[in-house]
Amino acid sequence: MSTIGVADGSAVTEVRQGVGVSPGSAYGPVVQVAAPVQPPQNEEAPADPAAASEAAIASFMHVAEDLEARSARADDTARDVLKATAMIARDRALHRAVTKHLGEGNGPATAINLAIDEFAAKFEALGGYFAERVTDLRDIGSRAMAHVLGRPAPGVPPFSVPSIILAEDLAPAETATLDRSLVLGIVTRAGGRTSHTAILAAQMGIPAVVQLPGATEIPAGTPISLDGDTGEVVLNPDPEVVTNQRLRRERRAAALAEVSGPGSTQDGHPIALLANIGGAKDAELAGAEDLEGVGLFRTEFVFLSAAHAPTLEEQTAIYSRVFAPFDGRRVVVRTLDAGADKPLAFANLGEEENPALGRRGLRLSQAKPELLETQLQALAAAARATGADVRVMAPMVATIAEARWFAERVRANGLPKAGVMIEVPAAALRSAQVLAEVDFGSLGTNDLAQYTMAADRMEGELSELLDPWQPGVLDVIAAAATGAKHAGKPLGVCGESAGDPLLALVLVGLGVTSLSMATSKIRGVRLALKTHTLEHCERLAAAALAAEDPEGARAAVRAAATPELVALL
Amino acid sequence: MATRTATIASSIGLHSRPAAIFVEAVEDSGLEVEIGRVGEPTVDAGSILGVMALGARNGEVVELTAEGPDAEAVLDRLVALLNSDLDAE
Repeated sequence: MSTIGVADGSAVTEVRQGVGVSPGSAYGPVVQVAAPVQPPQNEEAPADPAAASEAAIASFMHVAEDLEARSARADDTARDVLKATAMIARDRALHRAVTKHLGEGNGPATAINLAIDEFAAKFEALGGYFAERVTDLRDIGSRAMAHVLGRPAPGVPPFSVPSIILAEDLAPAETATLDRSLVLGIVTRAGGRTSHTAILAAQMGIPAVVQLPGATEIPAGTPISLDGDTGEVVLNPDPEVVTNQRLRRERRAAALAEVSGPGSTQDGHPIALLANIGGAKDAELAGAEDLEGVGLFRTEFVFLSAAHAPTLEEQTAIYSRVFAPFDGRRVVVRTLDAGADKPLAFANLGEEENPALGRRGLRLSQAKPELLETQLQALAAAARATGADVRVMAPMVATIAEARWFAERVRANGLPKAGVMIEVPAAALRSAQVLAEVDFGSLGTNDLAQYTMAADRMEGELSELLDPWQPGVLDVIAAAATGAKHAGKPLGVCGESAGDPLLALVLVGLGVTSLSMATSKIRGVRLALKTHTLEHCERLAAAALAAEDPEGARAAVRAAATPELVALL
Repeated sequence: MATRTATIASSIGLHSRPAAIFVEAVEDSGLEVEIGRVGEPTVDAGSILGVMALGARNGEVVELTAEGPDAEAVLDRLVALLNSDLDAE
């Protein structure tokens, strides 16, 4: 952190460095998202439990009124949800439980938390739709606790002026429900390069910076500017800085506008440029763009908002809507990839000590084959109903037997092309044998980095180990690409690393044949490819593999790339 | 004490919107109404959490009990509610 000057004689300009995860720049006032409230450790018992009970119930009533006020401003769907949630806050059985826990000598916030826990346990035991309501219950508890403790209400506060959202971290659901027209940018204190906030922000085209020191302490309303490419955030920025940012953005836009059409290297080797999408809305936006199709359709985001396991008809309708904009273009669908970081109420195998290494992806599909079967049937029906070139791949495949098991099911449902994600190092190292069972492979570089480096994606502190430029990760990618070549099968990349123009060149140099990324990153990668021959890409790949660490790899590739591209980065 | 049985007609079962409509009707009656599966422990029908935690699905039979001057009439109204698809509106 450094103070570089005073902007208008009042506010002090300050520059802070975070990690840019979604490109673009933004300038606007800060809206602070308050973290969920936990009861204080060893909270003191109230002197007068009866009075404390009245106060706690008053807090629930306050929460209910707040929810009702918000429901009046919400659209139809949100209104019903908010009204039902307000009713829970007014529930007399819930209030009785709080009173009971207060009578047993618990502090007010602790009593509220215990009462919420009681009902949450009942709902979790019921599973399905009810387990999903646990999120609402916890939100009510958190809000009521905030009120009794005199703290700000958790979550995104209502705001009407376009703003930059600052938070400790954002839950996937929170990010997904943000109003794109009001959110200029996102800044978090935690999170990492491949956290879900980063992925969703890039997908929504919202500039974002993660790991910004002190992000949650910047007062609401402070004007800030952020650069989602460099990770720089400026508090009370000098008008000149804001202008420079805008000029650089315009220069980039002009250069990017000059290239269009299918991706290829300068010497004409085709590299398909594809979009990563998470639902029908994304599909519609991506479908209107200059790109060759979808390289990753994450189906679990379609399930996340569902109240129960979606039926065959419901899924067919959703997939048809997703496929419709891609008539004649490819759509690579990843089957349900639920895990403990993206839990689904109806596909929950219980708590796991280590969810990233647990029963997720294809492992979940093998434990609940009926879920996969319905999904494949729906995908086949939607593929028949639309003109899209639908290809289906499984997440978290580790063995040849798993690849075979999946391919059999895909083909039995009349879907022509089966593939696997290459994100487990074992599958990357044996890609020739694994890919022999299927029609294509797709490197999920985010998870591949996590598993290769043994570093949790959700652990912001480990961001450096998760850097996709880690030469160790590039070695594993190189091995996978060599195997794919032996098997004669195409291998794409659908991790966020495909969207980094320099790294995309390295991936192509290693033998990757398609790149799938957030739509907002495609033009930068198209330009990078257009300015390099395949042979040049191979030299860049060799330079990256020869480096000692990520910084070295990045610097070596930057130094050897065309000046034409580097000037725009 | 008045007692009635009803069959849950809402396609999604007695939760979310159907549960909210039912609990509101119970509150409006001003009576203490209990709901449960026949022969099983009952819950306060005026508690949305209690009613939802019952987990009554479409086609299940539940029993309502109430006490008070117009208990019979109140239960008739509540049974009619449960016997219609409250999610269809």
